[in-house]
Amino acid sequence: MFRNQYDSDVTVWSPQGRLHQVEYAMEAVKLGSATVGLKNKQFAVLIALKRAVSELSAYQKKVIPIDEHIGISISGLTADARMLSRFMRTECLNYRYAHDSPMPVGRLIALVGNKMQICTQRYDKRPLGVGLLVAGYDDQGPHIYQTCPSANFFDCRAMAIGARSQSARTYLEKHYNSFLDCELNDLVAHGLRALRDTLPNEVDLNLKNVSIAIVGPKTALHVCEESELTRYLSLVEGEERRGGGAATGDASNPSDAGDEPQPQVAMDTE
Amino acid sequence: MAFMGDMMNPAPLWHNGPSPGAFYNFPGNSSSFGHTNHTAQDFKAHSANPITTTTTVIGLKFDKGCVIAGDTLGSYGSLARFRDCPRVLKVNDLTLLGSGGDYADYQYLKDIIEQKIIDEQCIGDGLHLKPRSLHCWLTRVLYNKRSKMDPLWNNYIVAGIQDGEPFLGTVDKLGTAYEDATIATGLGAYMATPLLRNALDKGPLDEESAKALVRKCMEVLFYRDARSFPRYQLGVVTAAGVTVEEPVELKHDWSLAHMIHMK
Amino acid sequence: MSSIGTGYDLSASQFSPDGRVFQVEYAAKAVENSGTVIGLRGKDGVVFAVEKLVTSKLYEPGANKRIFHTDEHVGMAVAGLISDARQIVETARSEASSYRSQYGAPVPLKYLNERVSMYMHAYTLYSAVRPYGCSVIMGTWSEYEGPQMFMLEPSGVSFSYFGCAVGKAKQAAKTEIEKLKLADMSVKNLVKEAARIIYLVHDELKDKQFELELSWVSKDTKGRHEMVPKEVASEAENQAKQALADIEDSDEGDM
Repeated sequence: MFRNQYDSDVTVWSPQGRLHQVEYAMEAVKLGSATVGLKNKQFAVLIALKRAVSELSAYQKKVIPIDEHIGISISGLTADARMLSRFMRTECLNYRYAHDSPMPVGRLIALVGNKMQICTQRYDKRPLGVGLLVAGYDDQGPHIYQTCPSANFFDCRAMAIGARSQSARTYLEKHYNSFLDCELNDLVAHGLRALRDTLPNEVDLNLKNVSIAIVGPKTALHVCEESELTRYLSLVEGEERRGGGAATGDASNPSDAGDEPQPQVAMDTE
Repeated sequence: MAFMGDMMNPAPLWHNGPSPGAFYNFPGNSSSFGHTNHTAQDFKAHSANPITTTTTVIGLKFDKGCVIAGDTLGSYGSLARFRDCPRVLKVNDLTLLGSGGDYADYQYLKDIIEQKIIDEQCIGDGLHLKPRSLHCWLTRVLYNKRSKMDPLWNNYIVAGIQDGEPFLGTVDKLGTAYEDATIATGLGAYMATPLLRNALDKGPLDEESAKALVRKCMEVLFYRDARSFPRYQLGVVTAAGVTVEEPVELKHDWSLAHMIHMK
Repeated sequence: MSSIGTGYDLSASQFSPDGRVFQVEYAAKAVENSGTVIGLRGKDGVVFAVEKLVTSKLYEPGANKRIFHTDEHVGMAVAGLISDARQIVETARSEASSYRSQYGAPVPLKYLNERVSMYMHAYTLYSAVRPYGCSVIMGTWSEYEGPQMFMLEPSGVSFSYFGCAVGKAKQAAKTEIEKLKLADMSVKNLVKEAARIIYLVHDELKDKQFELELSWVSKDTKGRHEMVPKEVASEAENQAKQALADIEDSDEGDM
């Protein structure tokens, strides 16, 4: 097979104007378990699927609180995410120290984006192999942001990232019109259904493998405890599953080895 | 260019390691801590007094906003040297800033605050610096400078509308900060504060009575404060926005001082 | 591009035998894959228009702008990798702010342009970094110098323009721009033309969804760079759609 000469360093442009190393880093996000973020008029919610490395291990944490008003859920390299979350926490703390108010979510994300860009341009660095969904609440209401290893970020109405998240996104795209005006309970239920669509048929959501985090007006970010989790899970329990998640793999997989580069799909220039 | 380096004096190949022909202290070795031989250049002196100064600035809350006033004199010691030193600043549509003390220090910080506002406009997310944030930020800056024994010699009053409510706070050169419904700095702290508090004790003020009260204080201060001036600026902030009026001249009548005879 | 694969195109610090730096040319390719961006300089100001391609329904409308404020008086429209472009925006902002603190005046665009191009050029000199994958257009208006506009390319080269276009459909856009009498036009008219051109060059088949971004800096805005107000923008957009529909109708008529 023809080996791509342009994919060994992040400092090398391919003749089509693509950065293969960055695109490969984007693939790392798809290796993590799926996570969903969505919002209504007041609340932003993160719902994440946790994995256990082995039967003896605990479930890997997927949701990281940043500040009272911001939380993230991660997909990809956990260690990279911890680095980013430490940065975000420091920025939030510094902002609070200097301005006596919570940091606007969009400004934090812009800083994260600029920080992540640096390591997509230097020989001695690699892009961070993690995608984040950020839920936050500020003066302008609830926000869901998505960040990518390409240092791109998106202000979203709802979003899902991680393994087989395409099925979740399909669900979200179908229903996002109803999110804005629905109750918090319904919002969480939508999120759980979207997340469940990413699961193989023999697996279901349960207390152990689901994390829910909620933030809203006068509601500091909190990761749901068992009792709350039980209540939310019961909202969608026993429903018929329509997703057929197992069948729908991730449709977009641009950098399969051997794929001819397609000029019109340069990464994230859209 | 940062990564071009200097051709003539290339950067060392490694840091914190032994270098040829030099004695080397391993880190953590007790000799690398403790006292070192300081030379005279290691010590530096900061200017520890103001040069061109301005006097009192007054701030007062009323039911729907705040009013700030300060005269326009820049004194050089006791010399009334500069007659047009405006020091009531519109920060944005909901925030006013007044300053007393060293005028150069104020101008320095004013430039920084104005750049902060431009930065915010550039971000363009529609969020604006709120008065409480500015007050907190000033506190951090002033306290930090004083901790370096290099204070910015000012008193600041921040007035504005914070989440629909009037906000009035002050910071001094030491970083001492507080909020109050009446604030007067400098000599005004002695002469104007009682007037302001008396009036406020009698009940809440509206905009007109607050402005009248502040004008009265400016008059009293002009008679009593030898570093004051009859021209002053008044700024008002309400939910409708900020207005800083052009300097006005207060009427003064020294016939009451008939017992004073100049020789 | 016969030199592809010869090994002379893997580093920004290497010339090919025929004297080209391929890495810089490849970076320019990234810009050509992006949505079209145009800048028009009229008699009383500068107008920017961006075809911002929207890749998912799940993104908030209006998010991920491609037009930025660099200072009160300077606007910047970007094409190419948006994450790279944001870094350029950041550099330009700090240049503008440092000029302000040094000289107490807004930075002249000519000077700002020089500084930012030097910065971009520096990234074409070393193997340790890659050239920026973005082009930016900067514009301003001032009482003394009138409207000014510059376009910077990944190579670090920059020129002053009356009208310019980058991105996917830059050729088609340039052809349209050349038909305009730019020097006689006011920004009010330019906004309509800009919107029309973007709608005209947009490729419905390849990129379905897009948002039109419009900004201006002119005498009317008192030299401040602003997004075009909603009413004006939507009027321009409606006219552009109408113009496009008319063309399609007449095309059908021809057949």
